[in-house]
Amino acid sequence: MSIASTITHPPEPEIHPSHDVHEHPFYQKHHFETAEQQREAASFGMWLFLLTEIMFFGGLFFAYLLYRNWYYEAFVSASNSLNMPLGLINTIVLISSSFTMAMGVWSAEIRNKKYLQISLIATIVLGFVFLGIKTVEYHDKFVEHHVPGASFDIKDFVNPPKDSLEKPLTVDMANKTQIYFSLYFAMTGVHALHMIIGIAILFVLLWKARTGLYTTGYVQPIENFGLYWHFVDIVWIFLFPFLYLINRH
Amino acid sequence: MSTIVSLPDQSTATLPKKNYINAEHGLLSWLLTADHKRIALLYMFSITFFFFIGGFFAGMVRLELLTPAGDLMAADTYNKMFTMHGIVMIFLFLVPSVPATLGNFFLPIMIGAKDLAFPKINLLSWYLYMAAGIFVITTLVLGGVDTGWTFTTPLSTHYLNTHVATTATGIFIAGFSSIFTGLNFIVTVHRMRAPGMTWFRLPLFVWSNYAASVLMVLGTPVLAIAIVLVALERTIGIGVFDPTKGGDPLLFQHLFWFYSHPAVYIMILPGFGVISEVVSTFTRKRVFGYTAVAFSSVAIAVFGFFVWAHHMFIMGVSNYSALVFSLLTMLVAVPSAIKIFNWAFTMQKGSITFETPMLYVFGFIGLFTIGGLTGVFLGSLGMDVMLTETYFVVAHFHFVMVGGMLMAFLAGIHFWWPKMTGRMYPEGVSKFAAVVTFIGFILTFFPQFVVGYLGMPRRYAAYPPEYQVLNVLSTAGATVLGVGYMLPLFYLAWSLKYGAIAGSNPWQATGLEWQIQSPPLTENFTETPIVTQEAYDYEWLAKKQERELQHVG
Ligand code: HEM
Ligand SMILES: [Cu+2]
Repeated sequence: MSIASTITHPPEPEIHPSHDVHEHPFYQKHHFETAEQQREAASFGMWLFLLTEIMFFGGLFFAYLLYRNWYYEAFVSASNSLNMPLGLINTIVLISSSFTMAMGVWSAEIRNKKYLQISLIATIVLGFVFLGIKTVEYHDKFVEHHVPGASFDIKDFVNPPKDSLEKPLTVDMANKTQIYFSLYFAMTGVHALHMIIGIAILFVLLWKARTGLYTTGYVQPIENFGLYWHFVDIVWIFLFPFLYLINRH
Repeated sequence: MSTIVSLPDQSTATLPKKNYINAEHGLLSWLLTADHKRIALLYMFSITFFFFIGGFFAGMVRLELLTPAGDLMAADTYNKMFTMHGIVMIFLFLVPSVPATLGNFFLPIMIGAKDLAFPKINLLSWYLYMAAGIFVITTLVLGGVDTGWTFTTPLSTHYLNTHVATTATGIFIAGFSSIFTGLNFIVTVHRMRAPGMTWFRLPLFVWSNYAASVLMVLGTPVLAIAIVLVALERTIGIGVFDPTKGGDPLLFQHLFWFYSHPAVYIMILPGFGVISEVVSTFTRKRVFGYTAVAFSSVAIAVFGFFVWAHHMFIMGVSNYSALVFSLLTMLVAVPSAIKIFNWAFTMQKGSITFETPMLYVFGFIGLFTIGGLTGVFLGSLGMDVMLTETYFVVAHFHFVMVGGMLMAFLAGIHFWWPKMTGRMYPEGVSKFAAVVTFIGFILTFFPQFVVGYLGMPRRYAAYPPEYQVLNVLSTAGATVLGVGYMLPLFYLAWSLKYGAIAGSNPWQATGLEWQIQSPPLTENFTETPIVTQEAYDYEWLAKKQERELQHVG
């Protein structure tokens, strides 16, 4: 008979009761030992998620840098056709919204429900302003036939209007502006999509904040959303110079 | 042949009255569950389902190749068959297989946690997986897609009028499913370990899933953006990859392989973890060179990101970068070899027993080694130019992925079946199935090395008659292999009702998962465990058993 077959008991589990468990705050989920652990896990998870976002946008930035290198003149001309003042206003709008969001996190931490609601509403409003301005810009591009696809027209780049400072491009190079606009729409479009998702979440947060949920010490959803919102802003901080300010005269 | 199985006295044994399976009742309690073990089972059913769908397409491909003429189906139907085979197998089977089922079930238990850090996100990732599956099935119903699983542009964006966008959406969603799984695992390993469970007491299964998760989190988003751009190019005509607008199709390849080479390690690393667990249990030894095995997972994850261009040697990357990528590719072989050697040493020094999981491990080691070595062939520039796009490549990656990953998956399923269900699988027939699978595998894929070396290209429905003998062999092998895969379906289902009661620790193993009841409680542990030993402390176990014997004597 082999030794093992005579042993019918599994090894004793090395399991000891963990020492005194304190009162749990209401928001602590059952599988966490402490509220602190839960908060750390959530914020670590959020940072990791943002890392995946960096990789996601990274692919686009990689494509952008590659083509900008190849078709620099086309990129400059196409970039100059964007509405820089509107882009600048939007940058300011976004930075302000980052500020109001930071105020929101702070208000949750000092447990001030009124400030929290005001901050969230302000952030939502600024988010909509940004999207509104973006829509105007998209509309302009559409009117100018600068949207890639069947109706794309290169005449603005081959024969720039007399009064502009633009250098005319060869037909070949002018065709490459389409890549610039492809990337412009892909990058700002994905960014805008992130804003739309963000605003939707803001509404949910606002609705729950009204019940006083986030001013009880349970700040983690607000904190995490704050990280997301700042991330989306930071992406724009890169997009703005890359797309609008390639070579301003 | 000796064995280490220790079952409770069968005349009196019953399953524990309370466990995670009977904790709640009704379909809804499953569809809305946040319990990682139940989610693992949801995954297991759906993944098995898609595995057989993918298998069906493989069967069609092999059937067409039975004769040299393209007679069974039209060439474009054939293209759709191998495309669906590839897409289903890679994105719906290989990538999620071990992490989403066995990882989901055991990773939290192995580190002494009550659940993954984000149970709801875990459930969400199953729903995303199912949504992805539905998209892929929809594509099928609409008429299929024929780009091959690599979606190579401009073929996929311009020349093929099939449902690329639908499939792409499916894969995009599947990507989020695996991102969320990876994220959940990483946070769980960092933040949820029980007191005393230090990094170097982690079971190797946890290490390897951790490394795979890092790859999922960093690589998948890049695939996602590449796929989004392909879809946008098809639907609204942006031109990032379109050469007629000055775009570069090679850019797609870079983005795609930046994910898809690491993806082969996403597929294989969790399998490595299973092998480590099984080897140590059935040799009664700590895995030789534990630290080396743990770090080699991390090394594979890191190196895995720097070799992607070996898929592009013939596609116009510069000679200089081809050379660099060729060298880097060779480097990845090193950590994989470290693992193989360490498992071999562990076995050599231990007392081996031959339960079913162990048979699969032998299959794994043999087949994966062959697959890996031929990978080194392909990684060397000169050979690759000759062999790429032939059946040699097909044989290579089937040896690593099917011979490797699938063997590991089956080893893991058998190994942990008693824990998941509380019952043993029937030993005789399962050993038989393992042997059938192995024979079927060799018969199917070995001829493909030969026929590829002779020059038969992949992805064609017809071929010159001189390749027929080898193809007939391969198709015959596939039939045997199919039988090998079906068998477990039947006997595992049988065991749910008639299998012997397993007890908490039938293999006399040391891991935390074997110290709780089978099937476990919803909360895994009644008390949070405090870990005081390293993983695989079989010497301690043996001493303890000796003491008990003396006590009895
Ligand atoms: C670890 C597990 C591995 C898996 C799962 C795996 C999987 C794959 C897959 C799926 C392909 C086919 C790509 C296509 O559709 O063309 C492939 C090709 C390739 N593999 Fe692997 N592989 C593994 C290991 C290795 C190793 C260790 C090496 C080299 C040392 C290697 C080198 C290559 C090369 C160079 C190719 C490109 C062949 C070509 O298309 O010319 N692989 N592998
Ligand atoms: Cu590769």
